[in-house]
Amino acid sequence: MSQDKKHPLQKLLDNPWLLLALGVLIPVLSYTVWGWVELATLAPAALP
Amino acid sequence: MSNHLENQVRTCDTTGLPVCLTAQKFIKLNGVFAVIFLLIGAIAAVLLALTRWPAVHLLDAQWYYRILTAHGMNMLIFWILFIEVAILYFACTTLLNSRLFSKKIAWVSFVMMLVGAVMVNVIVFIGKADVLMTSYIPLLAHPVFYLGIILVAVGTLIGVYNFFATVYIAKRDKTYDGSVPLVVFGAIAAAIIAVVTLLHGAVVMIPTFTWSMGWTAQPDPGWYRLIWWGLGHQSQQVNVCAMVSVWYLLASLTTGAKPLNQAVCRSAFVLYILFINLASAHHLLVDPGVGAGWKIWNTSYAMYLAVLASMIHGFTVPASVEIAQRAKGYVRGLFGWLTNAPWKNPGFSAFFLSLVIFGFIGGITGVTLGTQQINILAHNTLRIPGHFHATVVGGTSLAFMGLIYYVVPLIFQREFYARSLAIIQPYIFGIGIVMLSFGMSFAGSAGVPRRHWDVEFTGANLAAGFDSGTHLWLGVMGIGGVLAFIGLLTFILLTVAAVFFGKSNKGRAMTPWATPKTLVTEGDVDATEDHRSPGTMTLVIILLVTFVVYYFANWLALTDVWHVR
Repeated sequence: MSQDKKHPLQKLLDNPWLLLALGVLIPVLSYTVWGWVELATLAPAALP
Repeated sequence: MSNHLENQVRTCDTTGLPVCLTAQKFIKLNGVFAVIFLLIGAIAAVLLALTRWPAVHLLDAQWYYRILTAHGMNMLIFWILFIEVAILYFACTTLLNSRLFSKKIAWVSFVMMLVGAVMVNVIVFIGKADVLMTSYIPLLAHPVFYLGIILVAVGTLIGVYNFFATVYIAKRDKTYDGSVPLVVFGAIAAAIIAVVTLLHGAVVMIPTFTWSMGWTAQPDPGWYRLIWWGLGHQSQQVNVCAMVSVWYLLASLTTGAKPLNQAVCRSAFVLYILFINLASAHHLLVDPGVGAGWKIWNTSYAMYLAVLASMIHGFTVPASVEIAQRAKGYVRGLFGWLTNAPWKNPGFSAFFLSLVIFGFIGGITGVTLGTQQINILAHNTLRIPGHFHATVVGGTSLAFMGLIYYVVPLIFQREFYARSLAIIQPYIFGIGIVMLSFGMSFAGSAGVPRRHWDVEFTGANLAAGFDSGTHLWLGVMGIGGVLAFIGLLTFILLTVAAVFFGKSNKGRAMTPWATPKTLVTEGDVDATEDHRSPGTMTLVIILLVTFVVYYFANWLALTDVWHVR
């Protein structure tokens, strides 16, 4: 099968650089950035 | 087409695969120091087991926390990272028929990692960093502790860069046809996860180091926990990925198994790449700073896609072994393929025990404890170490031991002594870890806290402590810890004896471990073309039923403490 006729999933599987980009982006956005924003926007607790 | 430099490659006398001599040197160096850190961590482990077992209670409080710090760093960071760099170098050179990208970069990586690991160990053992592995702020260690971790993290990141650069030149120089082999794909997945992990390590440790030097203000403890677990938990996801790759490799080496379906197996690795790192959020399930939406998304909806990946591997790996065994003629009953597996081959027994312990104990407890509601029962109890000793030790470390039973004869070109002892070693270690994990889990279910030196709270004004049943489980944990230590020490002694004093096998194939004989003749098409795996399907159903029972038992336990009227 020629390079052009590869299944899109196979293209993804054969592209470690795209996997690297997605593998960094998704956890950083979902876990780190989202969590960081939640902590940064937390209102200070009122002391009794 | 190969891209090896002249006189810098040899052909393996056993497998016929090319071995880059530069990579071989660094596989050896990383492997040797990995085992040294494993030994330090193991000695610490048995001291901890004998302290947390109240009947013995060996160490005083100060040394307990010091040794616990050393145990975590050596076992979860140094042993694992050094051996994983060795695995990455092996995968990108031997399996891709390529030279290692850069010897200089490999030296820089190795020296940084080694210096960092030595710095951490020295500063911990002289009592300047009794902060545990997590080193939660505001606990403050000596700056050398943080600097050592930074060196290890950056050094490993440089090693990972060398791996990716080798993958790049292998593709550029067309050293292989088509897609990379599945084991290399798994190593790429592990390396990608390692990049995210080590970046988090650098982000959290640099401001903590500058704080410890008095140069900057103390980082926010909530922020520290968020970013630190991007290092602490995600580093264990690198383990999972590397371990699964090792399963595929050992299944092939010990039984001749071939991946069931390349696209399915690779897609499962992609699910790991995209979603497994979100599991770090489990550690913040009782933190008030992050909201329920963040917790639920990261620990369930998205993370379950990574659980799906583990379930796919948990099926495809044993199924590939079953099909390979049936093709050899072991077709009797549901489990004839399994009972006739090469159980006297430590590479196989370590791999299969790792698979079972990881799936049945580590996997089931992990998914259950990661559920937000149930987590409130288990958070900061001994159930958590009960879970991760089944994944990281019974799963990852045992699989890596199985790999080393092949690495020593194939890469070091040395034979093992006392092979009968090597045959039983994975069983001693595996049984010990299962006892340790069960003991921790059941004691934790009774409320025994993790990390704590004295669960009896000796000298407290109010009566505290636990009943005799809980003490029984703590005893099981202690005995299991001693047994696992014996198994681990046996492994280290066997490996050291083989590496430094073993008979050379240069110029000939390694002395084979047990492999199953082929019972069928060439003309027996029915057996060789049988691709069914009913035995594995049965095991999968048993796993799912066990999971369902355990999961609902935990919800039942939750109703005992959380009455809904």
